[in-house]
Amino acid sequence: MTKIEKRADQKFFYKYTSQFGLIIMVSAVLLFFIITSPNVFLSGSIYLSFLSTVPTIGLMALGLTFILGMGEIDLSFPSVMALSAFLFASVYKSTGNFLFAFLSCIGAGILVGMINGLIVTKIGVPSIVVTLGMQFLIRGFSNLISDGTAIVVPLRGTISQQIFAGKLLGIPVQSLWFLGMSILFYFLLFRHKFGEHVLFAGDNQESAKMMGVNVDFVKIAAFSLMGAMAAFAGMFDLYRMRTWWPTMGEGYLMMIMAAVFVGGTSMFGGEATIFGTFVGSFMIGALEAGIVAAGLKGFWTRFIIGLLIICAVIVHTLIRKRKK
Amino acid sequence: MVNIIEMKNIHKSFGGVKAIRGIDFTVGPNEVVGVLGDNGAGKSTLIKIISGVHSFDEGEMYIKGKKINPRKHCVKTAHKMGIETVYQEKALAEKQTLWRNIFLGRQMTNKLGFIKVKKEIDETQKIMRELMKFRGIGANAESYIRTLSGGEKQGVAISRAMYFDSDLVILDEPTMALSLQEVKKVLNFILAVKERGKSCVYISHNIANVYPVSDRFVVIDRGIIVGSYNRKDISLEELNEELIQYTKTKTQQ
Ligand SMILES: Nc1ncnc2c1ncn2[C@@H]1O[C@H](COP(=O)(O)OP(=O)(O)OP(=O)(O)O)[C@@H](O)[C@H]1O
Ligand SMILES: [Mg+2]
Repeated sequence: MTKIEKRADQKFFYKYTSQFGLIIMVSAVLLFFIITSPNVFLSGSIYLSFLSTVPTIGLMALGLTFILGMGEIDLSFPSVMALSAFLFASVYKSTGNFLFAFLSCIGAGILVGMINGLIVTKIGVPSIVVTLGMQFLIRGFSNLISDGTAIVVPLRGTISQQIFAGKLLGIPVQSLWFLGMSILFYFLLFRHKFGEHVLFAGDNQESAKMMGVNVDFVKIAAFSLMGAMAAFAGMFDLYRMRTWWPTMGEGYLMMIMAAVFVGGTSMFGGEATIFGTFVGSFMIGALEAGIVAAGLKGFWTRFIIGLLIICAVIVHTLIRKRKK
Repeated sequence: MVNIIEMKNIHKSFGGVKAIRGIDFTVGPNEVVGVLGDNGAGKSTLIKIISGVHSFDEGEMYIKGKKINPRKHCVKTAHKMGIETVYQEKALAEKQTLWRNIFLGRQMTNKLGFIKVKKEIDETQKIMRELMKFRGIGANAESYIRTLSGGEKQGVAISRAMYFDSDLVILDEPTMALSLQEVKKVLNFILAVKERGKSCVYISHNIANVYPVSDRFVVIDRGIIVGSYNRKDISLEELNEELIQYTKTKTQQ
């Protein structure tokens, strides 16, 4: 190698150290599973099952990546997921019209996100507080309007089920949606004006304002996007289960935050990684299912996920420090 | 020719703090105005009203003869009216790359709003070569702002203003972090603005820098204008003496 090539090579590695670290971690987890329970992890069916469950986590993790990149947080999305899915379920059940159901589902997600954003920007309440309240409020509201009972939705055999929970060449379509959305979000964050404004708002709000970024608008839009993604994820889970239940979304909050942090997005704003979130979602989603499949007792899940999160964020922080 | 800026009896408070208390301020066509005054006098607030960062509470403002509605005036509209500002805070984001900082708010995009990355980077390299004249210290268009030195950051902020050619350039303490040689470059830039028939507002605590490039000086004290001089009527020594007088009366109060 010539000197210049070598330098470029080092730069490449330098630039992507976090990504390499992540891939190594995923491989290690996989290897661990293969060794502990080869009959499960050497057959393809477990991976196919990941491909239908992980996208629910991933879609919301993508939205949360924008929120964290902006230096904010959202705790309300699991409840939004439940509310939106409830609307989808009840509208679909009473009208049989996919479009109405879809619009009310996504519309509700956007609306709640917008309210979050408005309270954060126009009144100035920290997002952690607003969305904490909203999390209870929306959960309570969906319990009230649903009377706390589950709804079975006649989705089996519909065309829309083929689109949102079917299989394409044997692959669960949810995973293709997730892949497509990840690519879209990558371009939105790193190649689009909106994403640039999100990162600048998270980095230095005052500077962003001085250069003509409408920071309030950007924040409201990002919270709305998060709401839309929660609604979207709710719809996917509804198609997969064909049942809405009042506790839908509970348990997702910590998992999804873990996926984003393990991926390498920092909570200080101004920096974010879509690739990391993509891999992190698979890692967290697969761990949960994998540990059970591996025959380990359930509480191992939490222990190992906890260990992994701590290791991952330590690695990311060290790498970030070295780059400074 | 119509004045670039005309402000009449402008007031601005932040909560209880009255930062600007009835200021009349004009910038004529092809005029360089030096703005002087103590820390906290209201200089930055004044120029941020012009550049659209802050609105004003009372009074009237005209830009190029057009009456400004304080509710509608913002950074974007100020940019469109040809006002370019180098802020005291530099207005850069540390974790972002140099090229993104240059074009923030004025990105080159396609119709869908996607950024033409290569074009922005190429343009930034040109800016660095021709305007910043960075002497290859390892900084490039894709460097993160946090990796630059104080002077380099200042250089980025100033070149950004130079690049977006405008009718009024506002410089708020642009020479703070700069070496003598770099200061010279900034002063030459101001003279070049004047030569091109454009106007400039130059804020600095360093009177020796302000004096030779300005046509007129305005002294602000606690939110009001307390003095205004044409350079041809006053020498540097006399101006210095005047400023000392203001400080004296202030401490006596
Ligand atoms: N965003 C703000 N919020 C509240 N108060 C502010 C704000 N900006 C300025 N002030 C107050 O307004 C007054 C004038 O501040 P300003 O920054 O305009 O002074 P300055 O003349 O630029 O001073 P310096 O020479 O130190 O830069 C100060 O008392 C300051 O505390
Ligand atoms: Mg100032």
